[in-house]
Amino acid sequence: MASHTSAIEGHGQHEGSHDPNLKHHFENAEQQKETATLGMWAFLLTELMFFGGLFLAYFVYRHWYPVAFIDASNKTDVLVGAINTTVLICSSLTMALGVHYASKGNRKLLVMFLVLTLLLGGIFLGVKGYEYHDKWVHHEIPGEHFECHGCRDAGHASLFFSLYFGMTGLHASHMIIGFGVLLVLIWQAWKGKFTAKWYTPIEIFGLYWHFVDIVWIFLFPLLYLIDRVGKPLL
Amino acid sequence: MITATAPVIEEKNYLNAEHGLKSWLLTQDHKRIALLYLMAVSVFFIVGGFFAVLIRLELATPAGDLLDSNTYNKVFTMHGVVMIFFFLIPSIPAILGNFLLPLMIGAKDLAFPRINLLSWYVYMLAGILGTTVLLTGGVDTGWTFYTPLSSTYSNGYVVLTAMAAFVAGFSSILTGLNFIVTVHRMRAPGLTWFRLPLFVWAHYATSVVMILGTPVIAVTLFLLMLERGLHIGFFDPAYGGDPVLFQHLFWFYSHPAVYIMILPSMGVISEVVSTFCTKKPFGYTFIAFSSVAIAVFGFLVWGHHLFVSSQSAYAGMVFSILTYIVAIPSAIKVFNWSATMYKGQVRLETPMLYALGFIGLFTIGGLTGLFLAAMGLNVHVTDTYFVVAHFHYVMVGGGVMGYLAGLHHWWPKMFGRMYSRTWSMVAAGLVFIGFNLTFFPQFLLGYMGMPRRYHVYPPEFQVLNVLSSAGASILALGFLIPGIYLTWSLKYGAKAPANPWGGVTLEWQTSSPPPTSNFDVTPVITNEVYDYTNQEVPHIG
Amino acid sequence: MQAHTEEHHIVPKRVYALVFVTLIILTWVTAWVSTVDLGRMNIYVALSIAVFKATLVVLFFMHVKYGSRLTKLIVCSGILWLMLLLFITMSDIWTRGWIGVPGR
Repeated sequence: MASHTSAIEGHGQHEGSHDPNLKHHFENAEQQKETATLGMWAFLLTELMFFGGLFLAYFVYRHWYPVAFIDASNKTDVLVGAINTTVLICSSLTMALGVHYASKGNRKLLVMFLVLTLLLGGIFLGVKGYEYHDKWVHHEIPGEHFECHGCRDAGHASLFFSLYFGMTGLHASHMIIGFGVLLVLIWQAWKGKFTAKWYTPIEIFGLYWHFVDIVWIFLFPLLYLIDRVGKPLL
Repeated sequence: MITATAPVIEEKNYLNAEHGLKSWLLTQDHKRIALLYLMAVSVFFIVGGFFAVLIRLELATPAGDLLDSNTYNKVFTMHGVVMIFFFLIPSIPAILGNFLLPLMIGAKDLAFPRINLLSWYVYMLAGILGTTVLLTGGVDTGWTFYTPLSSTYSNGYVVLTAMAAFVAGFSSILTGLNFIVTVHRMRAPGLTWFRLPLFVWAHYATSVVMILGTPVIAVTLFLLMLERGLHIGFFDPAYGGDPVLFQHLFWFYSHPAVYIMILPSMGVISEVVSTFCTKKPFGYTFIAFSSVAIAVFGFLVWGHHLFVSSQSAYAGMVFSILTYIVAIPSAIKVFNWSATMYKGQVRLETPMLYALGFIGLFTIGGLTGLFLAAMGLNVHVTDTYFVVAHFHYVMVGGGVMGYLAGLHHWWPKMFGRMYSRTWSMVAAGLVFIGFNLTFFPQFLLGYMGMPRRYHVYPPEFQVLNVLSSAGASILALGFLIPGIYLTWSLKYGAKAPANPWGGVTLEWQTSSPPPTSNFDVTPVITNEVYDYTNQEVPHIG
Repeated sequence: MQAHTEEHHIVPKRVYALVFVTLIILTWVTAWVSTVDLGRMNIYVALSIAVFKATLVVLFFMHVKYGSRLTKLIVCSGILWLMLLLFITMSDIWTRGWIGVPGR
């Protein structure tokens, strides 16, 4: 490798000259963009395994205590859960459209869709807060004062609620982090920081937001929809 | 060969490019961050070593005369926690990997320099949490944090220690993420995957383990903290939880974590053996793919830690068989290093001495791992000193020997100074002798039935324990001497040439120490990796 | 940095609309199906619908359908590793009752 190595003159010397968003250690904008996107995907792999541990705990305990999980799951409100799922899918759509208009360089529509995403995310968190409050009122929070009225296996029902709060809480904390990043992005978009040529932060934030949406797509059936047979949906 | 592109100039390099504390604490240069890691990791090595000294002192006599049982529990726990989470896991990747990866692929820096710096600060935060535990009274669960001992019965600072390991994990994730993206996106023109040095392949495989395994231990420790702090049941049988589930989740990371400790060492050994035999590594592609194979198979074997933990016997059998399979890629490496040396001109410089030590000790560590993979024998030696000896042969005999080999190999590149040849060879000999004297008797002790984690033992075990403690003091001396001559070399060592050992990978083509931007011009690679045809063997005297 | 030229595909808006409508419909379908007695199949139906919805989001909203082979590889390896964690551990749980555990 050594002896035949030559050098292209001026290969690494145009750093930072024209594009203010290009970092010094990249050759060109294309490389920088692909690097950032790959980094986000690798991060999402990590996130997937992070949630994976909780999903494993869920499957193990659901396998062992099916009755407790049915009764405890029936304490959740399907209608509220389904509405919240709809809200989150809407926010995913607005995020996708935000990325779409960012790639077109349309500043106004980009800002509009980011704000919509923020609002829908806020509604989701608000509804989640309402549900938590409801659980609090009914003493369904695991711990000393835990009660599960009408549950056939109240002892293990507390495991369900531990997982319920662990999983939705971790999901909600990801939403809150996304919320904060979104505020910054909206401000930057408003200032005109993003162009049709460079909107990488919008694009990789979109990936993050959709990932959070996917986690919820699995949480909804696993936490809300266990054995509702014979019960009205609404 | 290095004539035109990299003349030996001292004037401008990454060390003297900027001055002052701020230029170090806010640096985004991967080489400076590597040195920040070197300092922090060295401190933790000393701390972990101190606990090891306490353990060996206590075990020199059968009675518990130095430490009471509670203190002893805390001492071996802190030895494990510090050595694993704060020394072994970051040692090679965060120091040598950080320094060398961009150099070896002809890049100016890692893909995300700011995230690289962030990972150091996250590591330091974890270090502060860990040190707080040390100073306020310690923790006694063993580094494995098994429930329900950790969640219910322990009287130590479990939550804080788990938090420290949790935070340290994020530092490791950030490093792994950075490495993966760097190898994919930052390679110099012409540097195809099969022209990458084996060190880079090993670090790529390590990074895969880091980003896929570490989040699982993170969430496990998170649940443990919730369980202990808020009395919410996840693993506690009192709430219907399953302690074995904790062990599954814990070892899903912690077994692959062994490969985080050993794979980078294997990468170092591949470079060192090739350089000091002036020969292309025998079976380059096999060594490269065996790294990836170890990373993948390493994820399928965690259940062999649960043979006696009421895991299903069927799962145990499958895990046992899969464990044997991991031996194949490991053996491929050992055979290939040996084949590289065969009929090569082996130059016995210090890094090569450590590399030879690695090959022998890792082989013993790996083969005793096969004993442990057999379920029947495993039941006999579970939680005995046989296990302790086995994993020290892998982690110290493999991991630390590899780290020392790498540190000695690239020290001239990192600091532009040569260290004392004589003293370094003496130290390498002491480490090898001291290590074997410390840990070989532990195989015998374990097989005779001495359990681990006890501070008193029957008198008939004393001879072997005294041998082990004597070996530990030689080993400590062997670790102390490099600390002295390496530090000494920083100021008084002879100036190192750009390529003191006659290496052919890219990092030897730039000056020692390298300039801040690594290469004055981006290298373009036109020929195969490890091409020694035009490489002269330098005379070292 | 060689030859990574990935085409910048702009997904048409009607694809987004179609995916969105499918996701919404499936959300309410899965809620409704849970009230129908399918015996053991309920969980499988619910998970299949969730997998299908997630696939749509990954392929279209996250642009993986138009992405590079590397992106596809990352997605696949992520799913594979999650499955390793879930299924290998569950294989212990499922088989524990088959024969007595030594020492119990």
